[in-house]
Amino acid sequence: IFFLQVEVLDAKTREQLCFLDKVCCFCSYTEGKSLRDDEILQNLPVGTTATMYFKDLGPQLGWTMVFLAEYIGPLLSYLLFYFRIPYFYSNRYALSSSPHPVVTLACVCHTFHYTKRLIETIFVHRFSHGTMPLRTIVKNCAYYWGFSAWLAYYINHPLYTPPSYGELQVNYALILFVMCEMGNFSIHLTLNKLRGDGPKGRRFPMPNKNPFTWLFFFVSCPNYTYEVGAWVSFSIMTQCLPVAFYTLLGFIQMTIWAKGKHRAYIREFKDYPSLRVAIIPLIL
Amino acid sequence: MSAAASGTSKAAHGDVAAKRKKGPGALATAYLVIYNVVMTAGWLVIAVGLVRAYLARGSYHGLYYSIEKPLKFFQTGAVLEILHCAVGIVPSSVVLTGFQVMSRVFLTWAVTHSVKEVQSEDSVLLFVTAWTVTEIIRYSFYTFSLLNHLPYLIKWARYTFFIVLYPMGVTGELLTIYAALPYVQKTGLYSVTLPNKYNFSFDYYTFLILIMISYIPLFPQLYFHMIRQRKKVLGHIEDYGKVE
Repeated sequence: IFFLQVEVLDAKTREQLCFLDKVCCFCSYTEGKSLRDDEILQNLPVGTTATMYFKDLGPQLGWTMVFLAEYIGPLLSYLLFYFRIPYFYSNRYALSSSPHPVVTLACVCHTFHYTKRLIETIFVHRFSHGTMPLRTIVKNCAYYWGFSAWLAYYINHPLYTPPSYGELQVNYALILFVMCEMGNFSIHLTLNKLRGDGPKGRRFPMPNKNPFTWLFFFVSCPNYTYEVGAWVSFSIMTQCLPVAFYTLLGFIQMTIWAKGKHRAYIREFKDYPSLRVAIIPLIL
Repeated sequence: MSAAASGTSKAAHGDVAAKRKKGPGALATAYLVIYNVVMTAGWLVIAVGLVRAYLARGSYHGLYYSIEKPLKFFQTGAVLEILHCAVGIVPSSVVLTGFQVMSRVFLTWAVTHSVKEVQSEDSVLLFVTAWTVTEIIRYSFYTFSLLNHLPYLIKWARYTFFIVLYPMGVTGELLTIYAALPYVQKTGLYSVTLPNKYNFSFDYYTFLILIMISYIPLFPQLYFHMIRQRKKVLGHIEDYGKVE
């Protein structure tokens, strides 16, 4: 066993906050990178004196709580509109129900989508970074809650017009929706198994026996591909412009994330398959 | 899932940008000088037009009509500035510039041009005057900066006149939007109602009210940002004046 000296400096003022004389095991840090909670001092490239920089990130929330907060809003607010809570629409429609079956179907799909997300957040996902700053959470919640209320308002409106191609359009859209939800879930399971190996055996995700994972032949982030697919099918199912607009925004954001992830994969793995693109097979 | 948490991203990004960009090349500089000279000239034309029309009519009323075309042309032309930022020959944020330019374009076309009844309002003159003086100073500031011969007077004007012009312009803009409201509501301008095939609705009247409300958080932020900039840019005069 050997002992290390550790000094902790404030990241902004560089003044010494504290000095630790005999440190056995701790977390460590290289200039510019932030530490993971579980890193061990001994294993990192520092000499016998380690310098750590302390930075106050402000109020933070754990990732699990973040997603719960973001998803519970859309789940519940949509239902308020579906059941036409008084004052959401004009009084004579209060607590009435729509004559169109597609409206009930849309409610089931939307509720299923966010319930699935909540369950995945609690039981499936494993998160790399510990937390997210409070400001970002407020912004994200405003986005999710606001948009879901906006599109729920139109779909459940007393003057809602069902799709132009009727049952045919709704049924095809429903099939596509279900397939995308299953695909998205399959990818999340696959990614979860991958993370289980820990930092030692880092590999990129590969297609397996599940046909939904075969999208991995073509894209780096099929979870985003399926997510976009689910929302596109929901737009077609409801034939509602606000839904299409929300889908477009989500697509733009997810493309940005997918491209980042794709680039990270290429940088890390020399044997990364060249056929793969970020999010849309052969295109984007 | 890998959206990064914000930290001191702004400062770091600025440093990286300074290291990467060495400023616009010779061709870009020449183009920008021409652009800024043309814009200065354009807004001078508008200023002269306003003065001449006032002297001819003898009143402030209805001066908008005498400068309507050059106003539309040169204010809309400012959209090029978004392109300049996007391409990288101007070191400003695309989002910020886009926001500023589009809000001007919105007022010019979607309010003043679209609602003919407000064109004779005095509030229009208020913001047109504010814009004209501001833009003449701003574009000459950029012109001289690009030529590395910035007279202190222009720099001082740019960072001082806004103290009055900014609130003046905002007042004119808000009053104009407010004046447009009854006509928008009556005619249902730019509005879509339910039911329709795409299950969408848009109420321009409500939209205009929301725009007016958005001035409340936005204007103070921009105003105090300019005041802080003023202290930074003009602040050194006080240092020279100190005698210990």
